[in-house]
Amino acid sequence: MINKELVIIGAGPAGLAAALSAYEEGLRDILIIERESKPGGILKQCIHDGFGLHKFKEILTGPEYAFRYIEKVREKNIEILTDTIVTMLTNDKYIKAINQEQGIMEIKAQAVILAMGSRERTSGGISLPGDRPAGIYTAGLAQNLMNLHNIKVGEKIVILGSGDIGLIMARRLTLEGASVKAVLEIMPYSNGLKRNINQCLVDYDIPLKLQHTVIDVKGDSRLESVTVAEVDNQLQPIPGTEYDIDCDTLILSVGLIPENELSRQANVQLDDITGGALVKDNLETNVEGIFSCGNVLHIHDLVDYVSDEAEKAGKSAVEYINQGKKWEKENIFVEPGQGINYVIPQVISKEKDQIFSMRVKQPDTDKTIKLFCEEEVIFEQDFDKVNPSEMIKIDIKKEKFKPLKGKSIKVVAI
Amino acid sequence: MKIQTILIILCFGKEFNESGGGFLESQKFDIVVIGGGVVGTAIARELSKYKANVGLIEKESDVGLGASNSNSGVVHSGFTAPVGSLKADVCMYGNSHFEEVCDELDVPFERVGKLVVALNKKQVAELYNMQYVGSMNGAELHIVGKDFIKEKEPFIDGKAAMYSPNSAITSPYELTIAYAENAHTNGVDIKLNTEVVEIKKKNTKFLIETNNGLFETNYVINSAGLFSDFIASFSGEDRYKIYPCRGEYYVLDKNASDLISRLVYPVPPENAGGYGIHLTPTIDGNILIGPSNEYINDVENEATTKEVMDQLIKEAQNFLPAINRDLVIRSYSGIRSKIVPPEIGGFTDFVIEKSPKYDNFINLIGIESPGLTSAPGIAKYVVDIIDKMENLQQDEDYDGKRDGITKFDQLTLQKQKELAESNPNYRDIVCRCENITKQEIIDALKNPLGVKTLKGVKYRARATMGRCQGGYCIARIIKIMQEEFGFDVKELKLESNKSKLFSGQAKGWE
Repeated sequence: MINKELVIIGAGPAGLAAALSAYEEGLRDILIIERESKPGGILKQCIHDGFGLHKFKEILTGPEYAFRYIEKVREKNIEILTDTIVTMLTNDKYIKAINQEQGIMEIKAQAVILAMGSRERTSGGISLPGDRPAGIYTAGLAQNLMNLHNIKVGEKIVILGSGDIGLIMARRLTLEGASVKAVLEIMPYSNGLKRNINQCLVDYDIPLKLQHTVIDVKGDSRLESVTVAEVDNQLQPIPGTEYDIDCDTLILSVGLIPENELSRQANVQLDDITGGALVKDNLETNVEGIFSCGNVLHIHDLVDYVSDEAEKAGKSAVEYINQGKKWEKENIFVEPGQGINYVIPQVISKEKDQIFSMRVKQPDTDKTIKLFCEEEVIFEQDFDKVNPSEMIKIDIKKEKFKPLKGKSIKVVAI
Repeated sequence: MKIQTILIILCFGKEFNESGGGFLESQKFDIVVIGGGVVGTAIARELSKYKANVGLIEKESDVGLGASNSNSGVVHSGFTAPVGSLKADVCMYGNSHFEEVCDELDVPFERVGKLVVALNKKQVAELYNMQYVGSMNGAELHIVGKDFIKEKEPFIDGKAAMYSPNSAITSPYELTIAYAENAHTNGVDIKLNTEVVEIKKKNTKFLIETNNGLFETNYVINSAGLFSDFIASFSGEDRYKIYPCRGEYYVLDKNASDLISRLVYPVPPENAGGYGIHLTPTIDGNILIGPSNEYINDVENEATTKEVMDQLIKEAQNFLPAINRDLVIRSYSGIRSKIVPPEIGGFTDFVIEKSPKYDNFINLIGIESPGLTSAPGIAKYVVDIIDKMENLQQDEDYDGKRDGITKFDQLTLQKQKELAESNPNYRDIVCRCENITKQEIIDALKNPLGVKTLKGVKYRARATMGRCQGGYCIARIIKIMQEEFGFDVKELKLESNKSKLFSGQAKGWE
């Protein structure tokens, strides 16, 4: 059995930033476990630019952004075990991991940071109807094959879902000589960033079909065509609007799911809406000494915010290691109300300044975000535009919480 | 065999091929089984116990790619088929011998038991009818009340149930592969990607023309499933027509596996000729919802549909309200080869008989559920028919033991450590959802049948069957296929030769 003060699961942007912040706080006994052969997580395959504007005031590619952190982690000699997969995590922070060099390892940690990221929703997850031929890939897999393995998945492409990876892949495949016929989005709005819609679709004349979905997939061996239909406000296909698109590849960009299988093993309680852990304001889960950050906590639109969040998790883990259990003070629950899909953290202490991350339910204009506790408004801010694809962050000083009598805060967009 | 001569075994004769317009070499067999489903492979393996030159031809790129890989994986205890029917007999034989077969072939098997749940008074009465029929067949069945249901299956709603302790589950695709591999080891020549074009009578023998060569054989065993009526037509058998009946399924995430631990069935809908949409815990720890029951026109239309998928969730929620769509990781469908049209419906028996014209052409028609359970019994039954004509001789070299791929994730920690110590490929986890190691992928690719497709890996090692459906492991499996087996990107296939996975390398790479 190996003993470690802090074990971080995942060396993507969250894990790397968490490790560095724990180091800055004075901790030295840190181990990052990474299942891939290189650190960097999903950034490795994100060879497009647009990362780091908030964090570094520069526009970087994914690998460049990751490298800023990897370089520092190496300088500080923080230990990373790559090609190592964690197969078990318990609530007393026992970890079973396996790799080529050491075989099976058993590790006991004082604190654990969950930074496993997310996986893609699949054709099964959206009950895609029709045949099951070759040529149906999730966008992230197509991106991985393209950018890390030099494999081009197909020539005539339809993309279902207008998430950011789907938009990026529309451009990427076009640049590789494929013909991207359309990007279909079942909702009346895209879940991708506006700049990606402009730079990846508009600039290349790729049509974005809002309120459209795939209702049939045809192909005996390789995909031959998809049948597309317009949908109504209940997302049901409208009869008579169907038409076929001839294609050999269907790329799915239909959402990310926080990868919390290890968290479940450790009895970490999950939020039904985010798919990530329920966390306190120090990003600690219901299991003492286990923290969560990055896409495994909730899906982020900007990696810069992942880094911010992970730094907080790193700091909190060190506080926990140095001071032990300290979460007994008076606390307040935070709940999403009208117009708000989710808010993180779900539990806060009155003693600290707080940053809330939240998403609205649907795109809208002229909205006011309000936080209140038993009729008393703690905070309000007007927004010209709100969009589910853009996370809203709100800072509130501790002085605002101290006088509160109630046990819960509601967040609304009205 | 009486008619077997050294000449037939050793020589390839020359036959005139009308369509090809020339003389083609034909391969000679004593017996050819057409169809590599669970029944065809079970027959091939049963035949391999005897001294006979046996071939099996399958039109797909692997065995078991038809109904055999897309059913519930249930080993039935035999309470639906009427007493005295062939179906009841082979099903009962199968249920009592299944564990032994799975043990020999290293295939997972678990006697989990089944609850047929009645939701109203009328259905409760139906339970007693089923119990009566089943008991006559020799099945052990108990009528149980609400408390029993709640105790055994706390998430299930129901008024009363019939409990069948002998109902079991297995892995239908692993079993089919195992039967085929063991048959292959014992000398059966398995021809994949081989589709029958025509069968001609030549003296006392048959000449089977395929897209992959000509085969001459003394006996034809038609186990072609959905195509058994087409194959039967070459034997003068035209009384049966296959009516394809599609069943769609949902597969749930393993996170939902605690919801049931036994098979949970509804009381079958009247005259459906099926079991109704049920819940099946799979041997791998998922739950299946399905199958639906829908007659279709195209025997190969394995599509899933929005309407039926909506219906599956709705009907499953009738007795398991905790089920929801977020738990779904996959949908698929399988096609039953029924021999009654929908307007007639109801029970029909398996047809397993010599063709009206030729004693040495045996047709198996309408082998739908419980075909998986019945496979061991059907194999015996068919071989008995031949034995009565040929007096088959035991082959002393026959070895019925087959070892499957070692499943790392299912071993004890101690055993895992030992394996990891001795072989670095066991330290490399390729599939994160199912914890499948690189060695298992390599073992799957080195399979005795020579199947080198992504689906071949899927059905042998379970890779891509987990909740991420290959999002993580496909790139890794492709790398193994390229690096360890020398595959070119353009050669990689999902299953059939036409199902190319990728269009090629990225720009500037070649």
